[in-house]
Amino acid sequence: MTLHSLPPTQPNQPKTTTETRYMSKILNFLVVLYIKGGVLPWFLAIAVLGFGLSSEYFLSQTNLMGIAMHATYLILVAMAQMLVMLTAGLDLSVGVMIAMTSVTSSLTMGAMWSGHGSGWEAVLIGSVVGLCSCAGIGLVNGIGVAWFRVPPFIMTFGMSSVVLGLALSLTSGIPIYGMPPSFANIFGYGTWFDIPVPILVTLPCIGLMYIFLNWTRIGRYIYAIGGNLRAAQLSGINTKFCLIIAYTVASLFTGIAALLITARLETGESNLGASYPLLSIAACAIGGVSLQGGVGKLSNVVLGAAFLILIQNGMNLMRINSYYQMVVIGALLITAIIAEYLRQRLLKTYVTVAKSK
Amino acid sequence: MKITQNNLQAIATKSSPGRVDQPLLRLRGISKHFFGSPALHEMDFELYAGEVHALFGENGAGKSTLLQLITGDSQPSQGNILINDEVVKIKSVHHAKDLGISAVFQEYTLVPPLTVEENLFLGSNLSTGMFLQKKQLRQWARQTLDRLKFDLKPDQLVMHLSHAQQRMVEIAKAFHSRPAIMVLDEPTAALSGRETTQLFAMIDVLKHEGIGIIYVSHRTSEIFRLSDRVSVLRDGHLVTTQDTNTTTEDQLIEFAFGHRIDSFFPTITAQPGRQLLDVKDLNLANSLVQNVNLTVNAGEIVGVTGLAGSGAADIARACFGLNPMKSGVITYLDDQVYNKDLGINDVTPRAMLDRGMLYLPADRRAEGLVMDHSVRQNISLSSLNLAKFSTGFWVRRKGEKNVMENVSRRLKLNQLSVENVLHHVSGGTQQKVMLAKGFVRDVQLFILDEPTIGVDIDTRAEIYQLMQEFCAAGASILLISSDLSEVANLSHRVYIIHRGQIQTEISGKDISETSLKHHIDQLDLHEVSPP
Repeated sequence: MTLHSLPPTQPNQPKTTTETRYMSKILNFLVVLYIKGGVLPWFLAIAVLGFGLSSEYFLSQTNLMGIAMHATYLILVAMAQMLVMLTAGLDLSVGVMIAMTSVTSSLTMGAMWSGHGSGWEAVLIGSVVGLCSCAGIGLVNGIGVAWFRVPPFIMTFGMSSVVLGLALSLTSGIPIYGMPPSFANIFGYGTWFDIPVPILVTLPCIGLMYIFLNWTRIGRYIYAIGGNLRAAQLSGINTKFCLIIAYTVASLFTGIAALLITARLETGESNLGASYPLLSIAACAIGGVSLQGGVGKLSNVVLGAAFLILIQNGMNLMRINSYYQMVVIGALLITAIIAEYLRQRLLKTYVTVAKSK
Repeated sequence: MKITQNNLQAIATKSSPGRVDQPLLRLRGISKHFFGSPALHEMDFELYAGEVHALFGENGAGKSTLLQLITGDSQPSQGNILINDEVVKIKSVHHAKDLGISAVFQEYTLVPPLTVEENLFLGSNLSTGMFLQKKQLRQWARQTLDRLKFDLKPDQLVMHLSHAQQRMVEIAKAFHSRPAIMVLDEPTAALSGRETTQLFAMIDVLKHEGIGIIYVSHRTSEIFRLSDRVSVLRDGHLVTTQDTNTTTEDQLIEFAFGHRIDSFFPTITAQPGRQLLDVKDLNLANSLVQNVNLTVNAGEIVGVTGLAGSGAADIARACFGLNPMKSGVITYLDDQVYNKDLGINDVTPRAMLDRGMLYLPADRRAEGLVMDHSVRQNISLSSLNLAKFSTGFWVRRKGEKNVMENVSRRLKLNQLSVENVLHHVSGGTQQKVMLAKGFVRDVQLFILDEPTIGVDIDTRAEIYQLMQEFCAAGASILLISSDLSEVANLSHRVYIIHRGQIQTEISGKDISETSLKHHIDQLDLHEVSPP
C-alpha cells in the first residue's frame, strides 16, 4: 500500500459533470502531494512565486547564488540540529557554540600568526582548536543527556549560559582581529570556478551527513533511539554511546559553520549566532523533522534551511523591516508545526481507508 | 432529546416490563465513506436499556468506525442515528455526552498524579465561582463509587492503582455523567484473570442501573460471559445480530472471519535437548521475585503463568538484563552469566542477544517497536551488527533488502510492503513484525511476554503457527502468559508463579486448562485470607 493515488470515488455517487470530476481529481492530487511532501513544497512555491513577481532581481542568477551562499551556514547548523532532534532532543546551544568556536579559533590564529606570509599553519591550528572547543561543548551536552539524564532542553539551555559566559570572559565582549587575511580571503570570500568556497565546503558535509544517517549503523541507531528509546535498549543498542556521538557530531557540524562565519566576518566575536537556535529548529520543523524524534529526511532539512534564507532575502529585497522579519520567521515555525499536525491526521484517515479496502 | 438515568425509569415504565420495547439507540442504514470509499456499509444497530450489546469482528471490520459515529467523533455519510426514536445529529464527542452517550476507550485518559475523586470530576464544572467545593465533591465521589460497589478510597492517587482499578475509575468517571449509553472498547485489553472478573462485576452493576452498554471485544469468552446480544461485523458490513445464548463460539468466529479456524492450537512436539537456561535461587533487587528456580531445555515450550502482578514477567525480564538482581545464579548453555557470589554479571540485552536469547515484551508500542519506522527497519534493528546486515561501521542495505524479501513471504504480509510505517499497519501485523525479529538472527531461546495480547483471532493462529516453526527449528520458547488456554495448549511444562515465587511445576499430560485454573483458583483463596 503505497501512496500513489487516493482510492477512486465510489461509483454510486450522484452523477457528476466532467468538470467537477476533474476538479475533485485535482483536489485529490493536491491532497496526496501534501501528504507525501509535507508543507515545504507549498512554502517554497508560494515564496518563489511571490518574491519572483514582486522583484525581477530575485530570480536572477547573482541573487540565487547569493542565497545559496548565505544558506550554507544555516544548512550546516540545521543538519546539526536535525541530528539532535532525531534523538528526540533539542540543541539550544548551537548559537553559543558558534560564538565559542569563533572566539577560540580567532584567538589562536591571532596568537600564532607572525604577520608575514600566508599563515596557513595558523589557520589550520586555529580551525582545529575551534572545532575541538565546539566538539567539547557537544560532548558535555551528550554526556549530560545520556549519562545524567538531564532533559536535552535544560542541558543545552544551561550550557548556552555557561559557554556564552566563558566566551565573553575570554574576549571581554570585544571583537578579535589579527587573523591571517588568507583565512577570510579563501573561506570567507574565495571562489573556485565561480562557486563560493562556503558552498564547496558545505556540499561534502551534506554528503557526509547523508552517509552517516543512512548508511551507517550508528545513523540507524540514532533514528531508533529517537523513535523509541526503550525498544532501542531492548534491541541491544548502546543508547548512551549513540546519544553522545549524536551530540558530538552535531557540534562538529556547527563548528564548521562557525569557522565559515568567522572567515566571512574577518573577526572573532562572542555575540555571534544568537539567531541560530531558532532558525535551525525552524528549518528542521519546516523540513518535517518530528519534535518527538525518530523521523526526518536530510534533503528536506537542507531545503528547509535554504527556504528560510530565501525568505529573508526576498523580504530584504522588498525592504521589509528586520523586526517584521522576526515576526515572519517565528510565525512560519509555528505554521509548519500546525501543518505537520494536520498532515499526520490526513495521513491517518488516508491509511484507515486504504486498510479497510 | 436528552436521555439520562433520571428519565430512563420513565422510558421503562412506558413499555412492557422485561425488555424495554423502544431502543435507546437505533442506527438506520448508517454508512461512512472516507475519500469516497466505504468503511461502513448500510449498518443497522439497536441498543436497549439494560442490555449489553457486543461488537465482534477482526481489525478493520468497521467496529472503530461505528464507535466513532456513535460517540460523535465523526459524522455518518448516510443514514440516521435515532435516540429515543428521534433523529439526532451527533456533532461532537461533547455533544454525545450531552445526549447521554459516554465512552471508555482503550487509551488511558486519567491523570496519574491526581486522586481518584479529582479524576472523577475532571472536566465537569462543579465549582461555585472560582473555588471547588471539596467537601461536596468527596461526598459525590463516595456515592458514585458505592453505587458501583467499587471499593476504593476517593483520595487515593491514580498512579498507585493497578491497571484494572484505573480502568474501573475510568468507567466510574464515564458513569458519573449519568449516561444512558456506555461504550466500552476492549476494556480488558491490558488486564488479566482476576482483574477481569472485578471489571465484569462492575459491568453487571451498570447493567442493573439500566444503562445500555456497547461492548467491543476480541475475546469470545467475554462476549459469552457478558453480553445479551452480539453483532458481528466483517469488511464494513453487518453480518448478523444474534442473541448470545442461542449462538456458539464457532459460529461467531465463522461469521467474523468467513471460515473456521481449524486446529487453532497447533500440536508442537517437544524434543528436549540439552539445558539452555538455568535459573537458581534468583532474587530481584525490587523483591518482586524470590528464590526462583527455573530451567528451559532446547526444543521445548515452557509456560509461566500466574495472577496479574505475580512476577512471571519479572523473572523473564531479569534474564534479559532488564531487572536488577540481588542474588542467585543464571547459567546460559554452559556459561554462568550471573553469579552474585563470584561477582559475575554479564546480563545485558546486547550480551543475551549475542548468546541467542530474544525477549519480546508484552507492550509492543512502549518497548518492542519503533512505531514511526518501517517494518524493515524494525525487524533488522536488533540484528544490524550481524554480517548479513553490516560490515563494520556500514549498513549493507542490499543485504538487508534480500533478507526482507524472505521475511515478508514468511510473515504473509501479502500486498503490504516492508517499507510500510508500523503506525499504519494493524495491531496483529505489528505483533508479527515483532516476532519476525527472530527470523533474521539465530535464536535458541525466545522469551515471549504475552505474545497474543490485543490481536485478533486470525493473527493469533498465525502467531501460534510461528511458534511451532521456531520449535521445529530446534529453538525453545519461554512463554509468559495470563491466557490459560494458550499456556495449557502450547506448553510442555508450566510454572505457576504467585507473589514472586514458584508455586507448582506441572508437566506433560497433567497440563490442561482446568488443571491450571484449579491451581490458580487455590491461589486466589489464599489471597482472600491472609495469614
